[in-house]
Amino acid sequence: MIISVASGKGGTGKTIVATNLALSIGSGVQLLDCDVEEPNAHLFIQPTFNKTETIYTPVPKVDEKKCNLCGKCGEICQFKAIVVINDTVLPFPELCHSCGGCMEVCSEGAITETGRELGIIRKGYRNGIEFIHGELRVGEAMSPPLIRKVREYTRADKLTIIDAPPGTSCPVIASMKDTDFVLLVTEPTPFGLYDLKLAVGAVKLLNISSGLVINRSDIGDNKVHTYADEAGLPILMEIPFDRRIAEAYSRGEMIVEAMPEFKEKFLKLYQDIMDLVNS
Amino acid sequence: MKELVVISGKGGTGKTSLMAAFASLDGNKVICDADVDAADLHLITAPTVKERHDFQGGHMAIINKDKCTQCGVCQDLCRWEAITDDFEVDSIECEGCGVCVYFCPEKAIDFPINTCGEWFISETNFGPMVHARLGIAEENSGKLVSLVRREAKKLAEENNLDLILTDGPPGVGCPVIASVGGASGVLIVTEPTVSGKHDMERVIRLAAHFNVPAMICVNKFDLNIDMTRDIENFADEMGLPCLGLIPFDPIFTKAMVQGQTIFEYNMESEAGHAVKQLWEKTCKTLGI
Repeated sequence: MIISVASGKGGTGKTIVATNLALSIGSGVQLLDCDVEEPNAHLFIQPTFNKTETIYTPVPKVDEKKCNLCGKCGEICQFKAIVVINDTVLPFPELCHSCGGCMEVCSEGAITETGRELGIIRKGYRNGIEFIHGELRVGEAMSPPLIRKVREYTRADKLTIIDAPPGTSCPVIASMKDTDFVLLVTEPTPFGLYDLKLAVGAVKLLNISSGLVINRSDIGDNKVHTYADEAGLPILMEIPFDRRIAEAYSRGEMIVEAMPEFKEKFLKLYQDIMDLVNS
Repeated sequence: MKELVVISGKGGTGKTSLMAAFASLDGNKVICDADVDAADLHLITAPTVKERHDFQGGHMAIINKDKCTQCGVCQDLCRWEAITDDFEVDSIECEGCGVCVYFCPEKAIDFPINTCGEWFISETNFGPMVHARLGIAEENSGKLVSLVRREAKKLAEENNLDLILTDGPPGVGCPVIASVGGASGVLIVTEPTVSGKHDMERVIRLAAHFNVPAMICVNKFDLNIDMTRDIENFADEMGLPCLGLIPFDPIFTKAMVQGQTIFEYNMESEAGHAVKQLWEKTCKTLGI
């Protein structure tokens, strides 16, 4: 069972929901932080890390002695990541999408693959929760391949909770695809609503069942509530604005620890998700 | 001509609300929304669209069933596992690399260019604006960001405007890299939380990596005064100016609900005062 937590708009409380849900359920849970550009879940879970792995993506390496400058590699590459200019072949590894086309098309066997560092993956534990996150190398543009690597840690015998990045483009899709349920987190403001609609569009495209958490539910207006009703998006939890929550969050404290009455609410949320998935 | 790009690392720190407030303070500029994935600035600036264009990002493979002999070469070569058992291309997985197209012995795979979004040139009460909408689940956000920035620059040149105000996306990946390259400066909007500080540190490194001068401001600074001091000290150690502290103020949400900048909503708020000072210092630091 995989639950992904997504939002469209950034800063609506995805990480709060994902971490507190994981900690409330406790043992048997895997938490995967797939917001590899700005991973934050570890700041709240504070796991003990016991494994670090550097992740690479394959990029071409040219043996100039074997290259006959035919230019086919430059023709097949859709990303301008390798070109032949006059009597030189120039790879631009930062632009490479790792499709392997240049290596495949080279009749001289002059292209092999080397690695471009995407970032690292760390694995750790806390209270029976298995924690995994990816951290994109600063300067690296492509996050989806690292997200896919983080997701390779998914174990079928566990409940997996995925903290997804904001937005609705390829990194979000890589985080939500093939999950059993998407928990959308928004705030009742015009920005929250606009981006929620985009996120719902992405969830529909992937054909995954979903539900909504409205964070800071008493700020803004009631248009998110109206939209959720009209769109048939079940509102599973509302968290009113509370300066104590905001302050606890600012210090990296878990809500369920600072305000223990929330544990029951997160367990109820989990039960409601299970009911929706099994219905 | 100068371009100021507002970024944050972490989402939801207040980039777009600040950006809209800045836009209403300065007359002589082009507004550019480079958060093409979840663009929100238009909800405040209320643009009247003058020009609409398709954005063609990349190509997508489509298998022609009549020609396909199901030999499996495409499946063997595709590194995205985008070709299903029934020899159809999963459009979500397809990277647009064209390897299957090139090697198909039957030439059974078409490779049309994919319209994956749209972009606009608009008029607003605060000046001309370039903005875009990337299709849901689409790739090439970096390419669209580069395009809107290029168009904003063109528009500024044509209209003799000497400033571009660019609202950037969250994160540090492809669209952010496309947003900051070549900018005159980036203003990093952070918040005094463990995640705000963590993400600010990464985005500072990103700005340094691409040699773009960075400035810092702290939104909702009174939510955690100790963390605000930590952020100021960190900025100081990095030799970066911290140009302003903005108090936590519900006026940002109230104005947003009305589709207004905080100055349209109320000229005299405490937060508004801090934003004005921040804007003046930003202009001074950028030399505008």
